[in-house]
Amino acid sequence: MKNSILRLALASVAALCVGSVPADAAWEPVRPVEFIVPAGTGGGADQMARTIQGIVTKHNLMKQPLVVINKSGGAGGEGFLDVKSSANNPHKIIITLSNLFTTPLATGIPFSWKDMTPVAMLALDEFVLWVNADKPYKTVKDYVDAAKAGGLKMGGTGSKQEDQIITVGIEKATGTKFTYIPYKGGGEVAVQLVGGHVDSTVNNPIEAVAQWRGGKLRPLCVFDSKPMNYDEQIADGKAWKDIPTCKSQGLDLEYVMLRGIFMGPKATKDQVQYYVDLFTKVRATPEWQDFMKSGAFNTTFMTGADYAKWVEGEEKRHETLMKEAGFIGTGN
Amino acid sequence: MEELVNLFHGFAVALQPFNIMVMVLGIVLGVLIGVLPGLGGANGVAILLPLTFSMSPTSAIIMLSCIYWGALFGGAITSILFNIPGEPWSVATTFDGYPMAQQGKAGEALTAAFTSSFVGALFAVIMITLVAPLVASFALQFGPAEKFAVYFLAFCSFVGLSKEPPFKTIAAMMMGFALAAVGLDSITGQLRLTFGFTELLNGFDFLIAVIGLFGIGEILLTMEEGLAFRGGNGKIDLRVVLKTWMGLPKFWMTSLRSCLIGCWMGVTPAGATPASFMSYGIAKRVAKNGKNFGKGEIEGVVAPETAAHAAGTAALLPMLSLGVPGSPTAAVLLGGLLIWGLQPGPMLFVEQKEFVWGLIASMYLGNLVGLLVVLTCVPVFAAILRVPFSIIAPLILVLCAIGAYSVHSSTFDVVLMLVFGVIGYLLKKCNYPLAPLVLAIVLGDKAEEAFRQSLLGSGGSLGIFFSNGLVSSIMVLGLIALFWSAIQEGWSRLRPPAAVA
Repeated sequence: MKNSILRLALASVAALCVGSVPADAAWEPVRPVEFIVPAGTGGGADQMARTIQGIVTKHNLMKQPLVVINKSGGAGGEGFLDVKSSANNPHKIIITLSNLFTTPLATGIPFSWKDMTPVAMLALDEFVLWVNADKPYKTVKDYVDAAKAGGLKMGGTGSKQEDQIITVGIEKATGTKFTYIPYKGGGEVAVQLVGGHVDSTVNNPIEAVAQWRGGKLRPLCVFDSKPMNYDEQIADGKAWKDIPTCKSQGLDLEYVMLRGIFMGPKATKDQVQYYVDLFTKVRATPEWQDFMKSGAFNTTFMTGADYAKWVEGEEKRHETLMKEAGFIGTGN
Repeated sequence: MEELVNLFHGFAVALQPFNIMVMVLGIVLGVLIGVLPGLGGANGVAILLPLTFSMSPTSAIIMLSCIYWGALFGGAITSILFNIPGEPWSVATTFDGYPMAQQGKAGEALTAAFTSSFVGALFAVIMITLVAPLVASFALQFGPAEKFAVYFLAFCSFVGLSKEPPFKTIAAMMMGFALAAVGLDSITGQLRLTFGFTELLNGFDFLIAVIGLFGIGEILLTMEEGLAFRGGNGKIDLRVVLKTWMGLPKFWMTSLRSCLIGCWMGVTPAGATPASFMSYGIAKRVAKNGKNFGKGEIEGVVAPETAAHAAGTAALLPMLSLGVPGSPTAAVLLGGLLIWGLQPGPMLFVEQKEFVWGLIASMYLGNLVGLLVVLTCVPVFAAILRVPFSIIAPLILVLCAIGAYSVHSSTFDVVLMLVFGVIGYLLKKCNYPLAPLVLAIVLGDKAEEAFRQSLLGSGGSLGIFFSNGLVSSIMVLGLIALFWSAIQEGWSRLRPPAAVA
């Protein structure tokens, strides 16, 4: 077993605080459940996994502890390969981001989402086009005009991943050309924009909201089919819902990122159902709703065949996008 | 002074009995985490994060930041006693700390390390108290080019340090760069040098290399020398603390310089590891008995420890005021802040006064508590060296194996650690210096990334490294450090012969 003794020891300290809860599912974990994060500590997926871990602990939603483990190597490939090789082990779940699709395509790591069992979509993460508040671009049109003149720098997280896919999408939609500069994490990207080292970013809301509130950044549009659903004022009397969609501003591009749960191959129906029930309970807690609000998430929830169908559609879309952008790795 | 009023209010928050309790608990847990090589502050904080969800955000951050202080203190213990750095920033502490322990001066080394850590942290937290907004805007000026310049300076201030021939130093450093290149290339998103082995996706983790090169390598060397564990005859009582303290004030210049380097590195945010190396390198150049560095010079413990702790503390400033973490542990704390519903960023200091100043007050108190806890334990730690080597060596081996395993929960890493152990042993036998190798593994990929980001931005022109006052001056400092010995030699030749005589 690939359990870390130390992690488990510490996790069982956490478990001591948890009382027992009567079970209503036919299957339930009999030992600690590993919650794999195919990304580094402190990133978006990691934050969500640790929030879930905290909610589960606080509300006694599981008898066994839930242990978060980061396996970020090879753009998350390490984590996915670990789950792929864990057939018949229901004590391991994984949270995904878009690297579910992009990592195997870009690096040629032998892995596809079909090697895992889909459990549930927890939420979709939005992408917003941000510029420095000191720059004269007030609208998407101002910005695209400036980009047409050339030489704008786009900062983003990772290489050949979602941020760069969106950047290539913008280039295609507007006939412009950006210099894309990859950084390690979303927070760093936002700060590089504040410092004027790049001209724009497509940060997730949670990565840039602090700088928006501080009056350092300006959102231009959101890459979703409809505006975000949060009307609490953030800055300049504006709320998330006041940010127009990019399409309505003449930039025809939509992109949202999956925050979903998968488990190893050959999971039984009962086992999947246990986790679906668990996450339904997690979603009902006030802490989860606060978390969704703080990151302006799209709270779509899907399970079963709907979820699998959605993932399949996204995979095709990513394959097309990556092919068009020339991001397909040589290892394939 | 509005800051001081706020700070005293913060002390009132931090001094609540419950908060004092979590402070002590955090420090003790942190020291344990720091002692176990591989577990590390970031992992420790991440594992214990859920424990704090039932507390108020202020108590929670006090506990977690105290774990962080504890880990910073604890990292020095194994570095000095066994030559195994528990944390990346403790590597430079081994250079003189371990020779001191071998000479029976483990107590002195530990006391100096802990005290310097405290001084560094205190300096950084005073800086945070007084000039937080100013410093935060300085950090914003650091783009990729400036970051690369900082790494360049770190490498340069270290080249030529070694007693070994320069070619051996360069060979060791190049080997480190090669190892750092394995894994995902973050600029192109392609895998490099993995040869299809999925185990290599992650690259060579610095901690595993260090545990092997230093820890295992050292055990092998000791075994060869007949299982004699040097340093077991040290005096061990609390008076050693006082005696060491008497000798420390004369290193005030080194301390001050290290504090400044540490704060600068922590804020920019390059982190504690380059800070400790750079501080050690410069101290060796400048100090009167610099040529004895590496043979058990107490100043060689003071310099890196002060800088590392100042940087570790200062790293919290960009996290709070900009939302960008200055260290891996700060990144996890950042995640915690978001979970508690606090948004780090320019508005945090305005909207969450009680939280921010409670945290800053706990930095003062937490470090003081930490210092007391670890100093009282100095005799206990030093006494470990009295245990016969044949008993302690297997324990160290097990500790190393657990540490290597817990970095990524992978048994492959344990094997890798043993391989590195053999490499470390061979390199030492052939008189190759290990420090440049380690420095290149730690900073190599970061330096490469910053370099390539800069060139992407400039369209391939190297001029970007001299494009503004800030980056040019750091680069020039780096070049001066690189050619320091040549400059010195040239200077003495230029001087009139009378002065030489």
